[in-house]
Amino acid sequence: MADNSSSNAYWAANIRIITICLVIWAVVSYGFGILLRPLLSGIPVGGTDLGFWFAQQGSILVFIALIFYYAAYMNRLDREFGVDEQ
Amino acid sequence: MDQYTLNLLIVGASFALYIGIAIWARAGSTAEFYAANRGVNPVMNGMATAADWMSAASFISMAGLIAGVGYINSTYLMGWTGGYVLLALLLAPYLRKFGKYTVPQFIGDRFYSQGARLVAVICLIIISVTYVIGQMTGAGVAFSRFLEVEVSTGLWIASAVVFVYAVLGGMKGITYTQVAQYVVLIIAYTIPAIFISIQLTGNPIPPLGLFSTHTEAGVPLLQKLDQVVTDLGFNAYTGQGSMLNMTLFTLSLMIGTAGLPHVIIRFFTVPRVADARWSAGWALVFIALLYLTAPAVGAMARLNIIDTIFPNGVEQPAVEYEQRPDWMRTWEVTGLLKFEDKNGDGRIQYYNDTATGFTETATQRGWSGNELTINNDILVLANPEIAQLPGWVIGLIAAGGLAAALSTAAGLLLAISSSISHDLVKDWLVPNISEKGELLVARIAMAGAILVATLLGLNPPGFAAQTVALAFGLAAASIFPVLMMGIFSKRVNSIGATVGMLVGLIITCLYLFTYLGWFFIPGTNMMENVPANYLFGIPPTAFGPIGALLNFAAAFGISAMTQEPPRHVQELVESIRVPRGAGAATGH
Repeated sequence: MADNSSSNAYWAANIRIITICLVIWAVVSYGFGILLRPLLSGIPVGGTDLGFWFAQQGSILVFIALIFYYAAYMNRLDREFGVDEQ
Repeated sequence: MDQYTLNLLIVGASFALYIGIAIWARAGSTAEFYAANRGVNPVMNGMATAADWMSAASFISMAGLIAGVGYINSTYLMGWTGGYVLLALLLAPYLRKFGKYTVPQFIGDRFYSQGARLVAVICLIIISVTYVIGQMTGAGVAFSRFLEVEVSTGLWIASAVVFVYAVLGGMKGITYTQVAQYVVLIIAYTIPAIFISIQLTGNPIPPLGLFSTHTEAGVPLLQKLDQVVTDLGFNAYTGQGSMLNMTLFTLSLMIGTAGLPHVIIRFFTVPRVADARWSAGWALVFIALLYLTAPAVGAMARLNIIDTIFPNGVEQPAVEYEQRPDWMRTWEVTGLLKFEDKNGDGRIQYYNDTATGFTETATQRGWSGNELTINNDILVLANPEIAQLPGWVIGLIAAGGLAAALSTAAGLLLAISSSISHDLVKDWLVPNISEKGELLVARIAMAGAILVATLLGLNPPGFAAQTVALAFGLAAASIFPVLMMGIFSKRVNSIGATVGMLVGLIITCLYLFTYLGWFFIPGTNMMENVPANYLFGIPPTAFGPIGALLNFAAAFGISAMTQEPPRHVQELVESIRVPRGAGAATGH
């Protein structure tokens, strides 16, 4: 591992991206899928509304995208800070 | 060839495949037995994780659960997939970097305490044993329906197969059989769904079919479904539910999923930290293939069943009992489908007889109560028959249901046996045991765990269904918080973590027992299991997040008042936070 300040910066960057990803994770499932569904009721999707779609499909698709995005982001971050596995 | 022979052939062929894999993937060392020598390709591990995770409940019951109430049970879909985001971001890469074999081992090392490790072993065994009971009973049901053998004979056959590949191959054998089992179960699940989707909407992709137009009616499928179920007095399929309950229950399933030891240890088998991250993504892709199909299967099967009963629309007379389709006759034999002619007109009336607003309509039509009870599990199992698909598809469903149950059972059994042989025997009772000796103990522990699981499957405790809530609640309240604190905080110390786990474990158990009975024994509950009695309206099945919160609070509070962890432990935390050096720890 590199010096202390560099490893702190690496960890801070990791926490930042985790926080962003988890906010999106919560917004699509608990937000659009459950709590904000009434607000989205005006947007029709195949015989029902957007909230129903998020609860049954949308959130799962976003979850997949989040994990792959995080994995790619972290691979880049690992290399930048020189902490990747050689 | 008759259906029975066909089922036997397909299930037999799948079992032969698993045993063939077991002989090819024998384990020669503890590294192979516990972690498949950390040589599993991340995509393969994703597939194995999907099979490990998707149990008899996912395969057989979930579509039926969603079909029964519609939107409200979307909680299962979000809850059982969202946990993988937590695993990928918060746990899997760091635990892979730690590079050991069991979950309690991390807890013991990070909190420099044999006591913390023992508490973790206890949590792990309670969670995994309760979970394995459901898998064994699921396998028993599949056997008795499709192979027409006694449940007990079926269970012994299933155990013998698991015995061969789990005892011989350990994690290595289990991993590659799980890959094969995933392929079997996903084909079995999607083929009938595709045909039903084409029949109803003309769209060959079921998740798209769900939001397409119903070909015959010319209106969207979900709109048509809402119409017919409300016309029979049921709640609208897409109708709203209680937001608080849905939120808490989803959260409980998500955190619980991320804290299940048999899922976590799958990420110990990949070569690198980066692979652990990718692997979680692949796992969710493979899981999503089934989870995106399930709500379509649920909605379409429910519509199909109502159309079968009311062929001329729900306003017209129902089908005559003597004219019922063959699949109803088949399933009546199993008792999962029951008909009782309450008004003696020889027709099958199916409606919601508890809806007060509907009683008048029912009386006008001369109906005196709902006459058909359908077990939720039928939807998936009878799907090929409802859609009139060829016999080999029915055989495939049998093989798929068994694959789902056995793959999860094997993963759970490995988590139990490795915890016994590694956490208890190697690192506590007999520290100087040889590598060979430990491998033998691991195999004996596996054989013992299979025996216990089979006996529990043969005599399932009356509370089997409720124990699933216990497994998720405990995983959420005990394992998940302690792992997260071990990685994200350098300040939480041994006493904080141990008390935190105990607080989460005990309070969650007490809350469940208060409403569901002491140790789930019926009649011993101190309060009736109704929403009016719940603390802040929280149902016992959704208590996991509260237990987790109390665990966090206790651990942080006590750690702040006591000494910080020693230097070497803080260094351990720093080292698991970066991927570099992961190979070295395991001697690759």
